[in-house]
Amino acid sequence: MNFPILSSLILLPSIGALFLFFTRSKSENKITVKYVALFTSLVNFFLSIYLWFLFDQTTSAFQFVEDRVWIEGLINYKVGIDGISILFIILTTFITPLCIISVNNSVTKRLNEFLIAILVMETFMIGVFCSLDLVVFYLFFEAGLIPMFLIIGIWGGARRVYSAFKFFLFTLLGSVLMLVAIISIYWITGTTDVVQLYEIGIDTKYQNLLWLAFFSSFAVKTPMWPVHTWLPDAHVEAPTAGSVLLAAILLKMAGYGFIRFSLGLFPSASEVFTPLIYTLSVIAIIFTSLIALMQEDMKKLIAYSSVAHMGFVTLGIFTIQQQGIEGSIIQMISHGLVSAALFLCVGVVYDRMHSRLIATYGGIVTILPKYAILFMVFTLAALGLPGTSGFVGEFLILMAAFKDNFLVAVLASLGVIIGAAYMLWLYKRVIFGKLINSELKKMIDLNKSEAFTLTCLAIPTLYFGFYPEPLINTIEVSISDFIDTYNFSVASKK
Amino acid sequence: MNNIELIFSEIFISLSIMFLLILGVFKKDSSKIIHNISLLVLLITAVITFNETLSINPTTLFNESIIIDYLSSFMKIITLLAAFVVLLISSNYLRSFKIFKIEYPILILSSVLGMMIMISSNDLIVFYMGLELQSLALYVLATFNRDQLKSSEAGLKYFVLSALSSGLLLYGCSLIYGFTGSTNFNVISTQFNTNEYAITFGIVFILVGLAFKISAVPFHMWAPDVYEGSPTSVTLFFTMVPKIAALTVFIRFLYVPFLNLIDQWQMILVFLSIASMLFGAIAAIGQKNLKRLIAYSSISHIGYALAGLATGSNEGIQSSVIYMTIYIIMNLGFFSCLLMMKRNNIYYEQIDDLSGLSKNHPLLSISLLIILFSLAGIPPLAGFFAKFYIFKSVIEQSMYFLAIVGLLSTVVAAFYYLRIIKIMYFDEEKDSYDKDHNLWLKLSLTVSTILILTYFIFPSELIDVVSKINII
Repeated sequence: MNFPILSSLILLPSIGALFLFFTRSKSENKITVKYVALFTSLVNFFLSIYLWFLFDQTTSAFQFVEDRVWIEGLINYKVGIDGISILFIILTTFITPLCIISVNNSVTKRLNEFLIAILVMETFMIGVFCSLDLVVFYLFFEAGLIPMFLIIGIWGGARRVYSAFKFFLFTLLGSVLMLVAIISIYWITGTTDVVQLYEIGIDTKYQNLLWLAFFSSFAVKTPMWPVHTWLPDAHVEAPTAGSVLLAAILLKMAGYGFIRFSLGLFPSASEVFTPLIYTLSVIAIIFTSLIALMQEDMKKLIAYSSVAHMGFVTLGIFTIQQQGIEGSIIQMISHGLVSAALFLCVGVVYDRMHSRLIATYGGIVTILPKYAILFMVFTLAALGLPGTSGFVGEFLILMAAFKDNFLVAVLASLGVIIGAAYMLWLYKRVIFGKLINSELKKMIDLNKSEAFTLTCLAIPTLYFGFYPEPLINTIEVSISDFIDTYNFSVASKK
Repeated sequence: MNNIELIFSEIFISLSIMFLLILGVFKKDSSKIIHNISLLVLLITAVITFNETLSINPTTLFNESIIIDYLSSFMKIITLLAAFVVLLISSNYLRSFKIFKIEYPILILSSVLGMMIMISSNDLIVFYMGLELQSLALYVLATFNRDQLKSSEAGLKYFVLSALSSGLLLYGCSLIYGFTGSTNFNVISTQFNTNEYAITFGIVFILVGLAFKISAVPFHMWAPDVYEGSPTSVTLFFTMVPKIAALTVFIRFLYVPFLNLIDQWQMILVFLSIASMLFGAIAAIGQKNLKRLIAYSSISHIGYALAGLATGSNEGIQSSVIYMTIYIIMNLGFFSCLLMMKRNNIYYEQIDDLSGLSKNHPLLSISLLIILFSLAGIPPLAGFFAKFYIFKSVIEQSMYFLAIVGLLSTVVAAFYYLRIIKIMYFDEEKDSYDKDHNLWLKLSLTVSTILILTYFIFPSELIDVVSKINII
């Protein structure tokens, strides 16, 4: 395998973006522009499926590794994947074309630039999940801020400027400490290569501070309570496609970072800080679920539910058990599908009525029957009904949590109940009830592209709900080896 | 005098200045031809410097009062090229203010000559001579648009404050001379007694003088006013070229004679650096004028360059030089944009004038976007790497406080760069600007943008070039 498949995955969207940059957006070629973007992202999607096909599930070693000298004697451009990262790459390449299809209605001005931003974003997101060098990782991690800032700021809603600034500055503030930590790691060990760092290990006396520096970045990005406040703002103001990318993929970068870097590089520190993560996760689950219950804005409600779901993810990761981490990864994938779909669902009614308030709607089941069915699937998946992918993740996480800490698990389960409450209540208020607002009668049901995108998301949600085997098989070996290494290094330090 | 070829570039540029002056006096309407000849002179000087001195071993001339080594040659070439581009893109601006005169290129040439002498100096007297030569030319350049009140004010302000700082600097020189018996850097390094406090006083005074020249906080007060008042092309010159020379002197002065006193001056440099980074970032937030804003931003950038110098290591010096080089490229790009904001022969320089620029000028605004994100230090643009090298060398010396403050101030600084982007991209559009720009202006913007954008593909090249700088 000499073909640099990962670099192609990373570069392809950018090449598409470059191509779009040179075709000036005029009214007549709007469709062409969209097809170019769609084509690029679809090629990338099939390439990533092919990657999954080639992927060797029986080993936990990094595969498809590319290692090139980048800055002489300092940094190598090193990419590679294992079972932990491959699913995120596929999620990214899967969500991006759907985003591009969905821009039909929501983005009216500067379509060309919007598609460029989305494609560039895809490059950075795939880069984050592939990189095996801390500096390369940081580069992709931070670079994603630029397109996202523009997506929120240019195409967003009324308070877009405030939200874009908040998003950018919050995440930047979190990340700069990570940069200090990365440079310190280089200074301590002489390398930023993740694979080598796994082997060498980092001296225990440095680990706590370094862990905190990485935590500051990932906690903002996850987002964990109490630094989650940028997320509702960003979600509410971002255009639908932006919200989808943000919820489905951007948040996963932090979860991925927790597994790959916080656990992988600083095992003893992770042991020390597990109670902190537990506390914050439980607060996030219960507190933000309660907040979600009180929201009047649909997008805000889903945004808060994202915070709660990510609370489960961090909880699962830091149980440091096979089921916990598997559950977290599946939960992230599932949340990627479901939250993307829910934002698209909100986008559908928003495009028609230009209102995100729950109170505007009610009783639309008779007017939009197809929409009601698909929305129901995702509502149930979001609250973790057995048979949807949401269940698998939550179940595994809670199982691991029960083994580790009974109280935490009970409290987290409480969050599941509140989660069911706010999602069902949302569904009831929007879809059922009496049709009071007569404006709603003018709404038309899902058009082809909307139905297509939502169905595309519904299929894996249900499929992996009934049969999560393909996902688990992919990640199993990597995670069990990962945990063995972790336990070994914790034990040896004691 | 067997090494005379090493200062050919200085000799060539001084002869050219005299020739151009005479040409300007005797030939009528010669401003255009003098402008072009000056461009050629700068280019030829750069080539001479490159050919004659870049690859030789460190050599001293004239009783060790002038040193030619890799650092000085590299900095001279950067100075010459930056001055070349400034001259290249300023002609349209000068014409529209009817100040396209013979004095302008000649003054730039003489200040460049002063800087070259500063860069090569290995002696306090030579250094002071070069400093004064460049400063006198800069005072006149600041007032060049003499019909405008602001320009005259800028020049006067610069002159008075700069004279004060020169005085402090001279006082420092005399203290050092008094306690070591020499003005030569090499002799000083062998003569002084580390316990002598007067030496420290001398260093402090000289540092104050130098900090003034590079507008490091707390000696920055002149910069916003002078930058705002001077003609834009001169402001461009101010933000880059004198700082290269002053920074080289900083390096030479601190690392050659006084490396043993690092405990004394390191604190001062760390203070200057932190104060500049933070103050530059915070004060820029409230600005409405782009030139004032870039003044504060340049204060903040100088803070980062000083952070590299404060480390006391070769890597630190190299990272500062890399930082300045990248900063110059970003600055050139930024000012090229500023010089393009022209409508009916009037130049606009308020931040609000950028409002909705992205609709009428998509290419201009995307370039400015890239430059601003790079100035803010967001990866994968060149500005990030500049900061990365600085912080790498800072953390290598375990100066965590400096690194963390520096990185936090990048977050503050990001705010005002984002504000410009917000105005360009999120706000309603205004009338469009003229589109018939000078070819050179377009070229300088394009080249700098592409360099910033693609730096991450070949980051090693600049490091290779700079890593030959070896002072310690």
